[in-house]
Amino acid sequence: MSQPQAEFAIRVRDLMVGFGRQTVLDHLSLDVRRGEILGLVGASGGGKSVLMRTIIGLIPRRSGSIEIMGQPIGGAHDRSTAATWGILFQQGALFSSLTVRQNVQFPLRENLTLSQELMDEIAIAKLEMVGLRAEDGDKYPSELSGGMTKRVALARALALDPPILFLDEPTSGLDPIAAGDFDALIRTLQKTLGLTVFMVTHDLASLTTVCDRVAALADGKIVAIGPMRQLLQSEHPWVRAYFHGKRSQMLQPQMR
Amino acid sequence: MNSEPLLLATPSGDKLELRPEGPWIAANVATLETLSRSVGMDVDRSRAVTLDMSGISALDTLGAWMLEKLSRKAASSGRPAEIIGVADHFSGLLEEVRQVNRHTPAPTAATNPILLRLNDLGKATTGAREDIAIFLQMLGALFMAVLGVVRRPRSLRLTSLVYQLNRIGFQAIPIVVLITFLIGAIIAQQGFFHFRRFGAESYTVDMVGILVLRELGVLIVAIMVAGRSGSAYTAELGSMKMREEIDALSTMGLDPVDVLILPRVAALVIALPILAFIGSIAALYGGGLVAQFYGDMGPAIYIARLHEAISVTHFEVGILKAPFMALVIGIVACSEGLRVKGSAESLGRQTTTSVVKSIFLVIVLDGLFAIFFASIGM
Repeated sequence: MSQPQAEFAIRVRDLMVGFGRQTVLDHLSLDVRRGEILGLVGASGGGKSVLMRTIIGLIPRRSGSIEIMGQPIGGAHDRSTAATWGILFQQGALFSSLTVRQNVQFPLRENLTLSQELMDEIAIAKLEMVGLRAEDGDKYPSELSGGMTKRVALARALALDPPILFLDEPTSGLDPIAAGDFDALIRTLQKTLGLTVFMVTHDLASLTTVCDRVAALADGKIVAIGPMRQLLQSEHPWVRAYFHGKRSQMLQPQMR
Repeated sequence: MNSEPLLLATPSGDKLELRPEGPWIAANVATLETLSRSVGMDVDRSRAVTLDMSGISALDTLGAWMLEKLSRKAASSGRPAEIIGVADHFSGLLEEVRQVNRHTPAPTAATNPILLRLNDLGKATTGAREDIAIFLQMLGALFMAVLGVVRRPRSLRLTSLVYQLNRIGFQAIPIVVLITFLIGAIIAQQGFFHFRRFGAESYTVDMVGILVLRELGVLIVAIMVAGRSGSAYTAELGSMKMREEIDALSTMGLDPVDVLILPRVAALVIALPILAFIGSIAALYGGGLVAQFYGDMGPAIYIARLHEAISVTHFEVGILKAPFMALVIGIVACSEGLRVKGSAESLGRQTTTSVVKSIFLVIVLDGLFAIFFASIGM
């Protein structure tokens, strides 16, 4: 709040990440502007998730720098940075021994001192904001459907109102209606809460409808970045193959 | 920018003007709670409440909800709160928060704690019956699988069987030898120490021989196998269940009992007698070392005494029990594994249950065998 408002929420410079002899990210640089929704596309196994996990500190980097909200970050387990982002993991990653309500309350309980009553109200407020009912709060993660799991995970990621939200394939495994709802939900929340959203996705519909900018990751680098329209005109062979393949062609009329 | 949130209450007549100021965000939640509680009385007393939001510098969901709560508190007794001065970039959030927590879920009826206990007791009782049914079901399924193999010997999963034998038999030998060696040594030391008072040291050898061969050798090994391999079976089958691997097998027309459970249980039934034999020898060896260095009894005398004290019957009694114990451990471990539900917690619970239950059943079985062998005079 009090620090100078940096223009970029996330700045990645010359990032090198690899495992053993294999280099996954090769001198990668990427800027995410404050308040935008950035979609990241790339081949399966091409390092999208590695990039996200490196930014949030789960994977060590070989070299390069990462700045979040103008502050350089060291490694994971830094509790001061934990409140600056919320993360929606691909499988939800809900704690299976806690109820939905306790899952959403967990970050609140660990980071703040507040009364149980207020904590309950906040948890239910978050659940309702992501489109669940108060009654769902007493269920356990194993009793939830795929779409509900994602919603609860989103509610938990938003529990502390973080300025940055990381989404790892938020709409994978959802039917088109649920995926569309989820996109709309992310858009609404991003507008009301002023979030910066970093979204790893393969969902071409999400990319066109909610993302302000799209970054394409190929060969360990960001090969194209810009609004969707600009990416469709990109000459990079992989980007062309991605957006002009048969599956993408079917969506083309909507894209224009 | 002021770093502390404030809530200024200005009463004018029977009206009240509330002016929240500063950052109303989650980081300041303790202050915010105190602030809203402090104006609670004033809000109740006044007839009209005005909420002037113009002084707020930062707002998040938590802060917005605290403000919404204040305005609802005013509205709850027919004095609608007037909200003014909302900054544009906060209006969306306030509007969103206005929609939530509108309906409280029906509280689940509180139940009598005594009834609850009785309910648990009843559930445990019917659960025990279910346990027996599941045990018998698994026994039957295994029997059918064995029949299938007898009819078509080529349907036996030999690779899997050998792999399991290596894992739960061969790889278990070092730890089994170490533990039974120590147990044999301890028994012998205790025997020499206490029998010395009666001058009956030479009977220590009888005690070690009979105890190890008849009871302890096989029992200790069975308990170790239940802890080491039974738990591994439960955890493996449980995570296969969680990841729908077992469902995938069934849909391919394969019976999980044939493919997964029979090789595992068969490996246990083959390995446990061998391990029990090795364990018994290690225990006797441990007893012999203690006899030489603590009881001043040379190896030649020890072996001669052992030769007199024990007969093949003692060995038979011990080793005959081993395959039955293996069967019980295998059935319990596999059926508990198949009872795992979706969560990680359930996997842990089922693994614990598997080990506890199989050790309990092994000891009960040992007791039953003791009665049986006594009555047939072995």
